[in-house]
Amino acid sequence: MARRWILPALLALSFILSLAIPRLGWLNDYNQLILVYIGINIILTVSLNLVNGYMGEFSVGHAGLMAVGAYVSALLSVRVVAPGLGPWLFPLIVTAGGLAAALIGMVIALPSFKTRGDYLAIVTLAFNMIVKSVIENIDAVGGPRGFMGMDKLTTLPTVFCWTVVAVWVIRNFVYSKYGRGVLAIREDEIAGELMSVSTRKVKFLAFGLSSFFAGVAGALFAHVLLFINPGSFGLVKSTEVLIMVYLGGIGSLAGSILGATIYTVLLEKLRWMGAWRMVLMPLMLVLLMLFRPRGIMGLRELRWLVPRRDLKLPAPPAPRSAEEVARGAAQS
Amino acid sequence: MTYLIQQLLNALQLGSIYALIALGYTMVYGVLIMINFAHGDLFMVGAFFCFLAATYLKLSFVPTLLTSMAGVALLGVLIERLAYKPLRQAPRVSVVITALGVGIFLENFTNALCPYPQGIPPLLPSANWSVGGVSVSALQVLILALSASLMLMLDFMVNRTKVGMAMRAISWDKTIVPLMGVPVDTVISLTFAIGAGLGGAAGVMYGLAYPVIDSNMGIMVGWKAFIAAVVGGIGNIRGAMLGGLILGAVEILVVAIPGVPSTYRDFIVFSLLLVLLIFRPYGILGRPRSVKI
Repeated sequence: MARRWILPALLALSFILSLAIPRLGWLNDYNQLILVYIGINIILTVSLNLVNGYMGEFSVGHAGLMAVGAYVSALLSVRVVAPGLGPWLFPLIVTAGGLAAALIGMVIALPSFKTRGDYLAIVTLAFNMIVKSVIENIDAVGGPRGFMGMDKLTTLPTVFCWTVVAVWVIRNFVYSKYGRGVLAIREDEIAGELMSVSTRKVKFLAFGLSSFFAGVAGALFAHVLLFINPGSFGLVKSTEVLIMVYLGGIGSLAGSILGATIYTVLLEKLRWMGAWRMVLMPLMLVLLMLFRPRGIMGLRELRWLVPRRDLKLPAPPAPRSAEEVARGAAQS
Repeated sequence: MTYLIQQLLNALQLGSIYALIALGYTMVYGVLIMINFAHGDLFMVGAFFCFLAATYLKLSFVPTLLTSMAGVALLGVLIERLAYKPLRQAPRVSVVITALGVGIFLENFTNALCPYPQGIPPLLPSANWSVGGVSVSALQVLILALSASLMLMLDFMVNRTKVGMAMRAISWDKTIVPLMGVPVDTVISLTFAIGAGLGGAAGVMYGLAYPVIDSNMGIMVGWKAFIAAVVGGIGNIRGAMLGGLILGAVEILVVAIPGVPSTYRDFIVFSLLLVLLIFRPYGILGRPRSVKI
């Protein structure tokens, strides 16, 4: 039963927990770090699920957008913002990283107007490589040596808040008018265009929103790892986000949360395997594609996340008797 | 002037290697309309087989080349049977993701077995000749000769034999062809074997030319060869050869022309791909494919 107070109560409780755990030390630092990474991965996964799952497009270069957000926010917090103001201005810094990534993401939307499928995958991968290559060539941010000097501004409460914001915004977008357009593009783009779905606007919005949250995730990532270099935003990172999306379930926000959590925890628990850990991950992806391509949740969604008007379908009209039909025909 | 000719020779050498790998991409795309993203990693496995054959089995050049080509061809067929065949009717998404996954699996598997970069022992006599001021090494002559002969053999096979006709037929219409008595599965496996074998040969030659190999070398080289295939027109064999040579030329000339920082090499090559995909997505020698709604 979807009672209205359950979800906000759970969220409030989780927020209090996220404040309490670092202060009271209920979990050790390593486990807290895992929780932070789970949060960042959830943001990444729901943002990519919007484009790959709900819209059915083929964006494979998500790590490039993450890199943009990470570098912009890192530059702001190290070079621009005064040292003491860091923690207070952190939401602004993260938003700025997200906006920069959103701008780049909207540029990626342009080729998606003309290409789909394999070619869009190539275009997005090329973008990823280009972003990486450009960052490597900018010596002012350290190039391939990386960039550091950030303070550890990403804490458990901030990650929790940003995760809730990301899931909430994307959930509202998906169940809005533009979200219907997104689903229309996935099912049949040409039919949608004929039915007055303005596909260009919807694609811009979807790519922009997805890239914004990728940038947000990148900014949070930069401020918890405290060192970023172009190498960590390459094909491997993009593939990790893909695994999380397809593991949890395309077109399902609860699936994305589940997929991100399972993947992050699994990755940490399997550290004892050493180099073989990264052999298991792509194998998991291939097996997933072979045996369960829709993911764990498939296209199903958690009831709490679906708005109430979508849960109740309108009742079919009552059958009319012969006299009513005749009367209706006589009147018209 | 001799500097330019020297650089052109280098471009020809690199371009031939790219062309051989691009042929693998193009052949698989031709029959399956699928981009085998794992092909660059098959190239890397070829270089590692060469390393194993030369170091542990102590074979000379020709047996090393043959065993590497055969090994990679077998691996290609195995991947096709296990990972791509079950997905023939699946949506494109699954196939591309699987290809990416197989590629990364190969990289990490090789990395887990062999974490440190390895050196390939020299298998060829290091002879150098000077032709009109331009220095030509025996290795360069071999690479050019071998690539040219492999490409000629492939061209002959695809255009003048029955098997080649079957491959071309499958790339035209995959549904009707089995009804005409063509064993589609066998031909597709053969295509994968030949494409992978050529990639393996390229791996051997790359390993001999740049003797230090590690498990990550397949990524960038594979991507550039893929760009070469797209530039020439993916699905078109002669396009792949042309694209490979063009890409080799672009890459060497970017570094050779003074004034352009050589670190911009990757950036220029990938931007070339983007520009091409926007304005002429079917490549130089390709034809536009129309899609029925």
